[in-house]
Amino acid sequence: MSDAKKFMYINRKAPYGTIYAWESLEVVLIGAAFEQDVSVTFMDDGVYQLTKGQDTTGIGMKNFSPTYSALGDFEVTKIYVEKESLEERGLSLDDLQHLVWEDEDEDYAEKDSIRLVSRAELADVLAGQDVLFNF
Amino acid sequence: MGSIEANGKTYETDEEGYLADLNTWDKDVADVMAKIDDCELTDSHWEVINFLREYYEEYQIAPAVRVLTKAIGKKLGKDKGNSKYLYELFPYGPAKQACKYAGLPKPTGCV
Repeated sequence: MSDAKKFMYINRKAPYGTIYAWESLEVVLIGAAFEQDVSVTFMDDGVYQLTKGQDTTGIGMKNFSPTYSALGDFEVTKIYVEKESLEERGLSLDDLQHLVWEDEDEDYAEKDSIRLVSRAELADVLAGQDVLFNF
Repeated sequence: MGSIEANGKTYETDEEGYLADLNTWDKDVADVMAKIDDCELTDSHWEVINFLREYYEEYQIAPAVRVLTKAIGKKLGKDKGNSKYLYELFPYGPAKQACKYAGLPKPTGCV
């Protein structure tokens, strides 16, 4: 892993209506398959991507929200959600899917993937990355 | 686009032989796809194929090979959760070949 770069994917848009959210998720999974150090951020309207109970039957698009639960399998275990973005939309962590990853070294213990961070904390996290992708 | 005949039914496929519509999948077409690759499906193959179908049902994606290996190890035991075992079953690449027989699209991140 010493050659792995720190990749951060920043999601800022609502899940449907544009293709950004799904494209981002695919790129994240591809990046993870190549064993890079991958983190993901959800901020602005991007926090809606993680909401529970999505139903796309009315808009004729595939509901890809179950795929976020696979991120842990792909060893994407650092998922940052910006606190202010949630609050501005009247949301809290309880409105989001409970995303976990399993620690193989601890008998597959389930650990939380989502890290709730303030805008200021997020700025520090972003500053520590090698590559930023905006979606 | 191509198609495959199995047991009197026609199944549409893409240019690489993956099923165009995963809802049209059944065990007959899996057997025929395997025969085209000179592969006879055993219970061990079916374990992996059924696992992939369940995985897709839950997450709406096919797992990358590294993910598949780890998940198989957890579900079916460490002796099966390694690439040697999976490549013996599916010499063209466990994720790619097994996903095809399972009627799934090609795995994300698979070239």
